[in-house]
Amino acid sequence: MSAVENDVKQPATAVRQELDADGILTLTMDMPGRSMNVLNEELTSPFASALERIESDAAVKGVIITSGKKEFLAGADIEKVYAITDPAEAFALSTEYQAFLRRLETCGKPVVAALNGTALGGGLELALACHYRVAVNNPKAKFGLPEVKLGLLPGGGGTQRLPRLIGIQNSLPLMLEGKELSAEKAKGGGIIHALAADIDDMLKQAKEWCVANPKATAPWDAKGFRWPGGDAKHPGNVQMLAIAPSMLNQKTFGNYPAPRNILSCVVEGGLVDIDTGLKIEARYFAELVVSQVSKNMINTFWFQLNALNKGESRPQGFEKSQVKKVGILGAGMMGAGIAYVSAKVGIEVVLKDVSQEAANKGKAYSENLLTKAIQRGRSTNSQKEEILARIKATDQVEDLAGCDLIIEAVFADRDLKATVTKETEAVMDPTGVFGSNTSTLPITGLAEASVRKEQFIGIHFFSPVDKMPLVEIIVGEQSSDATLARAFDYVQQIKKTPIVVNDSRGFYTSRCFGTYVNEGVALLAEGQHPRAIEQAGLMSGMPVGPLALQDEVSLSLALHVMTQSRKDMGDAYKEPASEKTLRKMVEELGREGKKNGKGFYDYPPADDRKAKKKLWPGLAEHFPLAEQQLSVAEMRDRFLFAQANETARCVEEGVVEKTGDANIGSIFGWGFAPWAGGTLQFINATGVGSFVERARELAGKYGERFEPAAILVKMAETGQTFN
Amino acid sequence: MTDAIIFDAVRTPRGKGKRDGSLHEVTPVHLLKNLFDGLQVRNQLDTSQVDDVVLGCVTPVGEQGADIARTAVLYAGWDESVAGVTQSRFCASGLESVNLAAMKIMSGQEDMVVAGGVESMSRWPMGSDGGAMVMDPRVNDAMGFAPQGVGADLIATLEGWSRADVDAFAVDSQRKAAAAKADKRFDKSLVPVRDVNGLIVLDHDETVRGDTSVEGLASLKPSFEMMGQMGFDATCQLRYPQVEAINHVHHAGNSSGIVDGAALTLIGSREKGAALGLKPRGRIRACAVTGTDPTIMLTGPGPASKKALAKAGMSASDIDLFEINEAFAAVVMRAVRDLDIDMDKVNVNGGSIAMGHPLGATGAILVATALDELERQDKETALITLCVGGGMGIATIIERTH
Repeated sequence: MSAVENDVKQPATAVRQELDADGILTLTMDMPGRSMNVLNEELTSPFASALERIESDAAVKGVIITSGKKEFLAGADIEKVYAITDPAEAFALSTEYQAFLRRLETCGKPVVAALNGTALGGGLELALACHYRVAVNNPKAKFGLPEVKLGLLPGGGGTQRLPRLIGIQNSLPLMLEGKELSAEKAKGGGIIHALAADIDDMLKQAKEWCVANPKATAPWDAKGFRWPGGDAKHPGNVQMLAIAPSMLNQKTFGNYPAPRNILSCVVEGGLVDIDTGLKIEARYFAELVVSQVSKNMINTFWFQLNALNKGESRPQGFEKSQVKKVGILGAGMMGAGIAYVSAKVGIEVVLKDVSQEAANKGKAYSENLLTKAIQRGRSTNSQKEEILARIKATDQVEDLAGCDLIIEAVFADRDLKATVTKETEAVMDPTGVFGSNTSTLPITGLAEASVRKEQFIGIHFFSPVDKMPLVEIIVGEQSSDATLARAFDYVQQIKKTPIVVNDSRGFYTSRCFGTYVNEGVALLAEGQHPRAIEQAGLMSGMPVGPLALQDEVSLSLALHVMTQSRKDMGDAYKEPASEKTLRKMVEELGREGKKNGKGFYDYPPADDRKAKKKLWPGLAEHFPLAEQQLSVAEMRDRFLFAQANETARCVEEGVVEKTGDANIGSIFGWGFAPWAGGTLQFINATGVGSFVERARELAGKYGERFEPAAILVKMAETGQTFN
Repeated sequence: MTDAIIFDAVRTPRGKGKRDGSLHEVTPVHLLKNLFDGLQVRNQLDTSQVDDVVLGCVTPVGEQGADIARTAVLYAGWDESVAGVTQSRFCASGLESVNLAAMKIMSGQEDMVVAGGVESMSRWPMGSDGGAMVMDPRVNDAMGFAPQGVGADLIATLEGWSRADVDAFAVDSQRKAAAAKADKRFDKSLVPVRDVNGLIVLDHDETVRGDTSVEGLASLKPSFEMMGQMGFDATCQLRYPQVEAINHVHHAGNSSGIVDGAALTLIGSREKGAALGLKPRGRIRACAVTGTDPTIMLTGPGPASKKALAKAGMSASDIDLFEINEAFAAVVMRAVRDLDIDMDKVNVNGGSIAMGHPLGATGAILVATALDELERQDKETALITLCVGGGMGIATIIERTH
């Protein structure tokens, strides 16, 4: 940084002050002992003394605020926010930061935010309270107000300043979706005034603006201020506001208080002056801080996800590894997707199938994805060529020579899997890892075909592989820690989130996911209205209704798995509530699911893009409506309790060990209600005791599958929760 | 309890509520002045004997704002002792005025009241007054706000009524209105709108189209489909989870017309009427309001009518004529089904689909229409009911006095 010599020798502080000859005071946020600046007292307290100097020292003519770290300021101290349970405390937290920013904004001297890197949340709010924003055009830097993703809202004036700056209708999507913009997009959107080539240029521009604008006020403090696009009573906005809650509920089904409060801040704040608007914002912020939903989301998407990404479930003592050459067996939908995500991060890929034609088809999948990405401006021709060049499509097992990782993704048939395991192990790197992408067959059994059982592990991908963020690693009885560490590293190498589970039929995700679909099909068999079942699924926070989901995974496949399990388990097999219905649908009615165009829904032909799937009218005849139709709330409980209870059983059986793995796995893996923060967090939030009580009630009414897991009964007795 | 007697009822013709409508040039207070003049002249009324004027107005902003009832009293030159109050019960406001007037008389606290309403929808479009239901997101969310047309489409969907079904109803409304107009059945209550010179601005209901056909209506696009798909359908599905898709069947041709108009009734005690030489025409026997689901919004007429009937100790079969406001075709069809009544007794002279629905005035217009028709057919009882914003319903039972 081209800092001018300091006039005073300062001790290590989070905010350095440097006054230059022209009276421009540069404040550099640089918190000692941290890689990022974060909004807490350690930062705000030296900031406050700097502010006093700005206000009182006539020698200070202008102010530049920047950062000594790679990023500008990432935002609030989430740990601190998470700990707050008293709304008065949250209200005070918000109003104090607001008051500080307001003083800065109204100090009468020009204040420029020199954004050297990312400014998110409270960081962008600081910048918004400055009179001018100049940012280094660094493509990695992000600007936005992403609080909504943790169930919160920008409580440092963000909901008041952003709409006053760029208009109500432009600002709402940024806050409601928590979008993060590049510097260029932020400039285009009117959030940033100017871009700079580098840090020197940024500081130069910042200083020039200070010098050229000796008296600065925010637009909203200027006389005759007019809202861009009109305030909240402008007819154009009123019309939009009439439908805004409906549009929101179309996505949230009323499960998320944060978007609703953001809307309220903007609308109510859009009828008053900024100082009143800030008070409104602080009140709605406080409500969210103490809300259960924000606690759920912070718990899972902040603490547990961060821990997961830091390798909480990875065995220690093994050096971080990198896969150089991966062999993928089976070039179907899954294999093709795994090839794509691997090649994309620079791994050499051998994509093998029984025929060259099938292998080529698998590679073409990558080509299609890349062509689409280019059309959307997300990739280039040269990137495409480079990635495709890394994928070798083949029907020759010898081509797998030298692979340090194999992922087997052939049809779910034990004998077939055994055959390919043997032939592959004969040619691959003998020190390499053999991963099986199976969603149901126990890994320990599959490993029997392997000559190196300790190097054999389950690596379960989700479809479509390029979109789904999770990979479930399944540790077989003989899988070694070293193998687990390498599998874990590979998943992170392809930029996905790994969870680690132990071997069991259906492992963790498939098993628990199955309970949701099972419950939907059971409700249908009981005579509940199929559309109401679907709606209740959506209203519980699931991304797709259970019947539509069953169609997606195919009824015949589900039956196949059940048949296999029945064969394997013998007397221990418990027939799921859905089995009879699935059998009837597939065997009597010929409705196998989406892939044959008819399942619980009728599907329009693939070339008819406008037509929508419709529930099959024949359901009314084959599953006549019961006299008593359940409320949505009752069905919602059945869905959520079935999944959460099954997760608890997985914990009880040692299938899942870490609460974070369970929660993240449930949301990223099969779309369990994000508002609830995952299956185990749902139990925590309900209260283990209340969960047990309600589960028993459901068991009495609907069947023993709801009988609470023994571990929950024990936890309720001893007052424990999952942590 | 004092009987609430209807002595007279007058209304303006209804003008198309757009820029090219005949009443667009007329201020709402002038519409009212015409009727105040008419009422006074027809009844040789000593206006100082009137206690209060109750007017409905759904969009009381601008020149319709600031208590247009008292404003009109003074502008019309009535005695300054006559008070005035403006209220809104959305589309029921006109009938609410009648009911409030009746209650004032029944309670004995007042003896002679003018009740009615006004709406210049061309000059002050629906929604100009905002409202938390619409523009406050958390209120909007809490009540599951959806525009009334989406609610009407939802009714049709739940009842399984097709586009052809609702269009057939609309064609009938136009046919009946055209016949009634040709037969001069509205003339008794109709007071032409005149300008400051006394020249006639409009003397007939402007939007009646007797030649309407189901085939003709078929070309009209559904009015609420797009906004439904943008999000309001989803809001309906939150409350009606069994609905897979809403069938958007309503359009400009089978929904009430947007028009300008006003209406007044003269309601008082028998004694006061006798003292003023007024002839009793009808008696208000019972009235009721109620609330139902605000999202579907328009299913109030059935429950409100039943409540009023119960109050009167009557059943639906005791009623000779029904006026069920034609806000949307499906609303009337649903009310008919809820009350289990014969469609032949309903809206015999057409309704708002043909003649329009000047929000604040319609309820009082329907009272006038019902009373005229009872007299014409020499029948005894009529029930007037409307669906109401926010999910409410209103009903009034009147009977003739001989």
